[in-house]
Amino acid sequence: MPALLEAQDLEAQYGWTKVLHGLSFAVEAGGITTILGANGAGKTTTLRAVCQMVKTGGQVRFDGGRIDGKSTEDIVRLGIAHTPEGRGTFVDLTVEENLRLGAYARRDRSGLAADYAKIYEYFPVLAQRRRQQAGTLSGGEQQMLAVARGLMLRPRLLLLDEPSLGLAPLVVREIFRIVRAINQEEGVSVLLVEQNAAMALDLADHAYLLETGRVVMSGPAADLKKDDAIRRSYLGY
Amino acid sequence: MDILIQQIVSGLATGGIYASLALALVMIYQATDVVNFAQGNMAMFSTYLAWSLLQAGVPYWLTFGATVVIAFVGGLLIERVVIRPVEGAPILTVVIVTLGLLVIFTSIAGWIYSYIQKPFPSPFPSEPIKIGNIVFGAHDLGAIGITLIMLVLLFLFFRYTTLGLAMRAAAQNPVSSRLCGIRVSWMLGLGWGLAAAFGAVAGMMVAPVVFLDPNMMGGIQIYAFAAATVGGFTSPLGAVVGGFLVGVTENLVGTYVSFIGTELKLTVALAMIIIVLLVKPSGLFGRTTVRRV
Repeated sequence: MPALLEAQDLEAQYGWTKVLHGLSFAVEAGGITTILGANGAGKTTTLRAVCQMVKTGGQVRFDGGRIDGKSTEDIVRLGIAHTPEGRGTFVDLTVEENLRLGAYARRDRSGLAADYAKIYEYFPVLAQRRRQQAGTLSGGEQQMLAVARGLMLRPRLLLLDEPSLGLAPLVVREIFRIVRAINQEEGVSVLLVEQNAAMALDLADHAYLLETGRVVMSGPAADLKKDDAIRRSYLGY
Repeated sequence: MDILIQQIVSGLATGGIYASLALALVMIYQATDVVNFAQGNMAMFSTYLAWSLLQAGVPYWLTFGATVVIAFVGGLLIERVVIRPVEGAPILTVVIVTLGLLVIFTSIAGWIYSYIQKPFPSPFPSEPIKIGNIVFGAHDLGAIGITLIMLVLLFLFFRYTTLGLAMRAAAQNPVSSRLCGIRVSWMLGLGWGLAAAFGAVAGMMVAPVVFLDPNMMGGIQIYAFAAATVGGFTSPLGAVVGGFLVGVTENLVGTYVSFIGTELKLTVALAMIIIVLLVKPSGLFGRTTVRRV
């Protein structure tokens, strides 16, 4: 199967500081790929580089076409939804308005009503809170809202930045379950960036390990899970 | 009693004008977090353009519509050309740029049209409307009506249209908005355009009362600041209520407190700004965001 997203020698820098030093990775169409790494390894920057939110070098291809050099807004329009670090909630707007914004760039507006229904089915708690100001939601609910907002684009690729950050294990498990369901039922490919290596490796079918802006290991998630070095450093047993 | 009602109505009329300009201020503030000090003078300049059209024989309501459209495009252009280069700059930089615009518009208007006051027509009949013993100026009532219509249109736009929602989103969280595919920078331009259009309406409503001259918006802009502060800079509804409140208060205090009279009226607006900032800094309708961290 051809890769949906492909990065070659991806570089990124903030001011003079280079954070990514030539990453190459791919996300298979219909698959879940994860990028693991410690704090500061460059995981978030990798996602930001895909969306051209930082100064980047190297090539990024989506569905065969180059997207490096395009604006973030145009990349979103191609069907790449990015659930950013910190969830990016519009705190003053209602839950429903947040979802409407998720669908803003969507070309195909048919089936919008059906999609709201589907989203509320995946995330029943959002349905209960649809008229509530989004800033009043709990952390877990806001994370669900962030994923839901991304899905309203009806994306082909979902970029997920540390959905587990600061959430209770039960909530994390729930979110991961929904991500898997979305991947399988809606055929949305996922690029997941995580510190929680154990859960990410369970979910993903392919994984990359990042250290200080370089890929140091990659392969099927099941293989990485068995690797001794990964087990000791990232899984902790 | 008759005098009281009459003073209240004429307060509402000037209040409506403050409210329109305050609306424009609030709109730019909401979209960009910047108070546009040139708002009043942009409005003054639009009113001069309307005057030129009227001189050329264009009928009033056509002029009205054309001026609003020209002001919208002008506001959009000003944002693109002058404000955009300083978009990421500290707020103070942008404020200084708007102060520069204020001076530029005054000078250009003075240069083209001279500083001599010009009469500006009202679209409403000149005969006052009499109800019982009380006499209302038709222009006063008309100005109030137009302010209310504009508020409703603005409310509907921001509340129910996707574009309005996108503008609110862009103002609140530009990064997230970009990730939703919203062209944030254009939203700011649109905000400036809409604000300029509203300012133009305020200008055309006030000019028949104060006469047209390059400095006509000076005092009115201060009242508009007072209105926006009283109502809350984050609330369009607040700006309108604030405008009416300031207009009525100013009129009543001017009438009933003998040492204030007409000379010290402007002080009332400044006093209101200070009191509101001391007692309720977010204004009567301003939203303090509830946030769970």
